[in-house]
Amino acid sequence: MMNIDIIFRIAGIGILISILSIVLKQAKKEEQAEMLTLAGVIVVLIIVVQLMSQLFTVVRSVFNL
Amino acid sequence: MEIAQIVGLALLTTIFLLILRQEKPVMAVLLSIAFAVVVFVFLMEKMASIVEVLKELTRRAEINYFFLTTILKILGVAYLAEFAASICIDAGEQAVAKKVEFAAKIIIGVLAIPIIAAILESLLELMPG
Repeated sequence: MMNIDIIFRIAGIGILISILSIVLKQAKKEEQAEMLTLAGVIVVLIIVVQLMSQLFTVVRSVFNL
Repeated sequence: MEIAQIVGLALLTTIFLLILRQEKPVMAVLLSIAFAVVVFVFLMEKMASIVEVLKELTRRAEINYFFLTTILKILGVAYLAEFAASICIDAGEQAVAKKVEFAAKIIIGVLAIPIIAAILESLLELMPG
């Protein structure tokens, strides 16, 4: 079964972070905006890496690599 | 109706990507990786049933089982390499994508060598003298 919620989660984090960083930039807090972007990217990267490991397991079991 | 699910998810992801690409290009790449992985894992379940049928046919035709596993390995390498290369091209890194394709070609060549050797050996058996 497809896990669609992971797509929604990543898109949601991305949109939230872009809006929050716009707000922080308006409030003249460029450093915090950069930190926020970095943190968001790392959180999403962890999700994506877990997905990739799942993918490699599936591919290895299907094609017996 | 699996195709309806995939089409819907693809259109949705495209809309999200259009929004994200202006503000956070890194997020857009991560989202497209996630989408690719989700579709891939979804289709691997179907692929597993195809592979099952192929195994059954090989068993009935009494072909050497080693050839089928080699073909499956080549298929797996090609699928994975194509997946990575298309994501790299999407992110605008043509050079990295070319390297992935190059590596895949060489690995497929290494996997194919035993089959080539087997063909040559059977040719030698066929030839007189």
